[in-house]
Amino acid sequence: MITKRIIPCLDVRNGRVVKGVNFEGLNDVSSPVELGKFYSDCGADELVFYDITASAEGRQLFTEILREVAEQIFIPLTVGGGINTVDDFDRVLKCGADKVSVNSGAIRDPGLIYEAAKRYGDQCVVLSADVKRVDGEFRVFAKGGREDTGMEAISWIKRGVSMGAGEIVLNSIDTDGVKQGFDLEMLDAVSNAVNVPVIASGGAGCIEDFITLFKTLPKVDAGLAASIFHFGEVGIPELKERLAAEGIPMRLMNS
Amino acid sequence: MIAIVDYGVGNLFSLKSSFAAIGENAVVTRDEKVLETADRILLPGVGAFGDAAAKLRQTGMDQAVIRQAGTGKPLLGVCVGMQLLFDMDHEYGEHPGLGLIPGEVRDIGEVIDPSLKKPQIGWNALHFRPVGNAPKSALFRYIKEGDYVYFVHSYAASEATCAPYISATTEYSAELVAAVERDNVYGTQFHPEKSGPVGLAILKAFCEL
Repeated sequence: MITKRIIPCLDVRNGRVVKGVNFEGLNDVSSPVELGKFYSDCGADELVFYDITASAEGRQLFTEILREVAEQIFIPLTVGGGINTVDDFDRVLKCGADKVSVNSGAIRDPGLIYEAAKRYGDQCVVLSADVKRVDGEFRVFAKGGREDTGMEAISWIKRGVSMGAGEIVLNSIDTDGVKQGFDLEMLDAVSNAVNVPVIASGGAGCIEDFITLFKTLPKVDAGLAASIFHFGEVGIPELKERLAAEGIPMRLMNS
Repeated sequence: MIAIVDYGVGNLFSLKSSFAAIGENAVVTRDEKVLETADRILLPGVGAFGDAAAKLRQTGMDQAVIRQAGTGKPLLGVCVGMQLLFDMDHEYGEHPGLGLIPGEVRDIGEVIDPSLKKPQIGWNALHFRPVGNAPKSALFRYIKEGDYVYFVHSYAASEATCAPYISATTEYSAELVAAVERDNVYGTQFHPEKSGPVGLAILKAFCEL
């Protein structure tokens, strides 16, 4: 039986992980390679590297770091941030990324999804959507959640899937950073609208939030989080063991 | 030396790196002379079968791989690279494969519960089948029944059409073919280069065949 996936997300700026702090047994928590290895060893099912660099030099450095990560870590790697063209796909895929996540770039040019899916396959294209409730509807935001696009989220996501997105990352701006649990209502709406894997993002504060997510919404395939893993508030081995004990299919490292 | 066949498809970087991680030298190539000198050959692949098959033909690597497999050296097809080993594929119309293993590749949508996601993306457990007189394939000598590996696919070898060659299956509401072998020709529908320590253990076993 296919397992639910637990995915840590690492924000990288100028080649260093942002927000990485205080891990026992880790000398350099801001090294994407070290932190990636740490997560891979403790059972992360996939890693997301998000490039929040603004400069071209930073982007080049990100690509070099990605290559170093892919040389040493043998689980699926997804890359997001700064992906605006098919050339950007090419740049990160050549360095060992398996999937590429698009957000603002696809909003500006939805054809990007189609072009990338045609060239690299649907499985390679992840549509990441930042969504917030506005006037009683789910609205898509661009530019890291700063700009209201006016687009209704469910129809945007359905359109993205019809154009070739093979997976959806749904980030709820309403629950992000609040640590009161995932946005179950929003996730329910999206996972009922599409038949590709849906990854929940935004709002996880503790192990129970993941249990609630997978028990309430069996159609959701994965849970993604950043700071609760980086700050050690939730340990991935404990999380996965608890989920398995609750009857949720999990890949455990010692099994 | 392991030759990774470069026909413009697949995550070649990760494959090369995963062999390096187990101390094996792998070369990415589209030169048949390199395939000739290699001890083993790896045929990668992602995306759509039809595109992959067309590119394999365009580069002339199809005939090269068939010739090299005929010499008896171990050949491992991964993901779409495994699907290419078969006679026939039904993705977007019918495409001929390399014909190294009898059988057909079909849309998993024909056999799985329609409420399940397609592609199957994620980690799923391997269930071994006996191979000849052995309880499991030599490819799995370092791993256990039920170990998890990483899958990304919408198509798979059809169980009924290649039953004698199946070495492992995985359960996704239906029993899907996860690995096959016929003499020196091996295939894994999953990605060993993305399956953590279990995947590296499979590649290590391949290097010892």
